[in-house]
Amino acid sequence: MNILVCVKRVPAPGARIVLTDDSQDIDTRHLGFTTSPHEECAVEAAVQLKERHGGTTTVLTLGPPDAVEQLRYSVSVGADRVVLVPADSTEWDPQATASALVEAIEDLEGGSPFDLILFGNESADSGGYQVGIRVARALGRPVISGLKGIEIDGDQMVGRRETDEGFEVYRLPLPAVAAAKEGITLPRYPTLPGRLKSRRPELLQDPAEMKAGGPEQVSLLKPAEEVTETVILGHGADAAPGVVRLLEEVGLL
Amino acid sequence: MNRILVFVDNDRGIVSPSALEALTPARALADSLGAALELVTVGDRGRAALEPVGPSGYVISHPVLSDYAPEAYGEALAQLVSDKAFSVVLSLGDDRGAEVMAHLAAVLDQPLVANVTEIVDTEGPHGSWEVIRVRWGGSLLERARVRSSLKLLTIAPHTFCAPEADGEAGRFTTFVPEIPDSLARTRVVERVKLAEGLTLATAPVVVSGGRGVGSAENFAVLEELADLLGGVVGCSRVATNNGWRPHSDQVGQTGTRIAPDLYIACGISGAVQHWVGCMASKQILAINTDPEAPLVTKADYAVIGDLHEILGAVIAEIKART
Repeated sequence: MNILVCVKRVPAPGARIVLTDDSQDIDTRHLGFTTSPHEECAVEAAVQLKERHGGTTTVLTLGPPDAVEQLRYSVSVGADRVVLVPADSTEWDPQATASALVEAIEDLEGGSPFDLILFGNESADSGGYQVGIRVARALGRPVISGLKGIEIDGDQMVGRRETDEGFEVYRLPLPAVAAAKEGITLPRYPTLPGRLKSRRPELLQDPAEMKAGGPEQVSLLKPAEEVTETVILGHGADAAPGVVRLLEEVGLL
Repeated sequence: MNRILVFVDNDRGIVSPSALEALTPARALADSLGAALELVTVGDRGRAALEPVGPSGYVISHPVLSDYAPEAYGEALAQLVSDKAFSVVLSLGDDRGAEVMAHLAAVLDQPLVANVTEIVDTEGPHGSWEVIRVRWGGSLLERARVRSSLKLLTIAPHTFCAPEADGEAGRFTTFVPEIPDSLARTRVVERVKLAEGLTLATAPVVVSGGRGVGSAENFAVLEELADLLGGVVGCSRVATNNGWRPHSDQVGQTGTRIAPDLYIACGISGAVQHWVGCMASKQILAINTDPEAPLVTKADYAVIGDLHEILGAVIAEIKART
């Protein structure tokens, strides 16, 4: 079972997002970076499948040179091979991203396809909901998004997708592509041997060239902040009568 | 002449009310462009649900489309869009809408703009449009230019109210696409029912806990309050990552987006990723030891102090009334 996971390096903002002066980017001077959460869970899912069925887990990212940080992390949680497709630090549109990834994947496969290629359902920052589907279509492989469960059954991938009532089940013939949602797995913590191993050099490929696609970012803006006058109902247990009155007003009691 | 198509999903014949949210901006767009507006759904079972929404459109029919099958849906829609020369296609950006539109965009090799909240300008240079779309799950917006002649957009959920049905039966034509049987490979093959009754998405009140709760066992008091109020328990990402609650309880950007009558956030400081999941709540009550916590300052109501002490007193007060 050879699995490829495509991940994206994104800033890890806390309570506030601050924009750069030209409104073209978020100000990352005081932020750390992380793997987009859905993808972190996809890496864990791939490692678990490998542990159960054998094979290898490869993690691929298109991003700036600093994205090796996320690739190293992937090794420390069980990835066998990590690949960076170097790109400039501008935001690539989904079509350009997909076509660069397709090229890189075809390169890596060299004619023998990964059994499974995993994506995150959408990136935390740009949220385009489409790169995995575009890649799968270009490779001519079946794809399903939004998975909260994934199993291998013979030559099929069995995917579970949450609905309001429970879940839907899909069975895709391998080789297949899937986009995972956070919650598909609980990511493990990096291990010490993993961390040591993760010092080994990453495999680099030729820089990707951005192809024209769309849409084009004009600027970023912050949503109008609703100014809320918070009503303090009280401190400690003394606030209980006030809370109960609120529950009555809302119609819950 | 612009022709606008709105994709409305149906699940085994049922159209969820939110699926019609995209119709509101679509109608405004049709008015401002003087364009024709038509609806499309996939599968014969969708006809009865769509007819009251009217005024006209297509029901895509094919044996492969007997149940939700995103690859085949995308293929079928692409054929309809090309065949009838639509210039704009909109859909709600929920799980299925986002997925089907991505397939459509991939088949036609066109850009897709996800989670649009506003169409700002339709008269840009060379037929380009300017739109505003959601990023970071809603904590940031992007002004974007779309230059392709075919405009494919998903509409951010919870942005528009679905229009009322006008009562007149619409005229829907059957469209039969050519789809290879092989595309049935991504069709729903089975459904498993889990939750009966209330879920995070439908409960009128959600009692949610974060880091301040401290342990899995400590959620018992939140469970008790939720039961008394006829609601459910939710949690923040911290609680999920610590293994205190299953991910299905998580409220936030990568969990469930909720819009209950009241959201009670206990010991949750309120990172942006959590805020975007609960901001659609009608009222928010934050319970926190820190009066400066972001969620406290954004909430409608707050109680400052230890959540266990406060919830215990609230439960006692409710029980004393009955």
